[in-house]
Amino acid sequence: MDPVILSEVQEALDRFKEREVYIHLETTNGAYASHNNESFFSSGAYIRNAKVTYERAKITGEGPFRTGLKIPLGWVYAEGITHFEIDDKGRLLLAGHDFNGKLAVALEISETPFE
Amino acid sequence: MEKERHVLVVFPHPDDEAFGVSGTIASHVNMGTPVTYACLTLGQMGRNMGNPPFANRENLPAIRKKELKDAARAMGINDLRMLGFRDKTIEFEDENMLSNLMSSLITELNPSLVITFYPGYSVHPDHEATGAAVVRAVEKIPEADRPKLHCVAFSRNCVEELGEPDIVYDISAVADIKLDAIRAHRSQTELMLEEMADKLKEKDPKTLAWINNERFWTYKFS
Repeated sequence: MDPVILSEVQEALDRFKEREVYIHLETTNGAYASHNNESFFSSGAYIRNAKVTYERAKITGEGPFRTGLKIPLGWVYAEGITHFEIDDKGRLLLAGHDFNGKLAVALEISETPFE
Repeated sequence: MEKERHVLVVFPHPDDEAFGVSGTIASHVNMGTPVTYACLTLGQMGRNMGNPPFANRENLPAIRKKELKDAARAMGINDLRMLGFRDKTIEFEDENMLSNLMSSLITELNPSLVITFYPGYSVHPDHEATGAAVVRAVEKIPEADRPKLHCVAFSRNCVEELGEPDIVYDISAVADIKLDAIRAHRSQTELMLEEMADKLKEKDPKTLAWINNERFWTYKFS
């Protein structure tokens, strides 16, 4: 993955606009967070292959970045995005890696279901 | 270490075997004992991606699958079963289905020793659910016919509640194999090994003890 280049990510986000796409969205601290630090409140969320059509999408901020998708009756968004990749299947993979390089958040968009 | 008929190792994540039991596995392999490693997931939810990241959420499963095969080769395991579950979902699966799967492995392989996580004392929800499924499967076997069940535990309360581990193997004779197994899981261990490299070179006693001692608790059926 590469550090976010705003124009390239925005272009990719626009390309999926008004099309049926599959979304992967997750946040995580890892299962050991509370084991390693008892005062740490561990939380996370995960959704894979949610099918949506969005009318607008934007990546913004000064880094780490925020990305929001406006769907007909609501929103999808992710905060803490640092890296991106458009993979060999044309999918937009956005990820936020923490200061140790560990994945903390992911937002991915694809025209075909994720495996 | 006793000579076993067959050893069955059951863990949920590629690399679970490397840290805690790869020396034990290599020692059994060296004695000519067949070892089966049943690994439930491909660690799809791993958070280490390399720094700078060489893995992403979508190619990580394929990378970890290859790492798992490399680790198995390093340990001399020739029966690696990848059971096809998804990382971090084991506790949400049907419990009967999981125990039946464990029962069918035990029936097929007839192991004299089974190694897994100690349910209640192994921190990660996948570890807990995997250990519990193995325990339920072994529990169904009449007591006289049960294989030995050795469990890995590392929660904060494990020594306090379970007592000291009743089995501690010094695996220093195969420590190189163990390090190769750990190294094979590159996406997950590269950062850690970098931090450990100097300590290993200096033969830091704490690090060597961590590598050379593998600890198990014999499961206590109530």
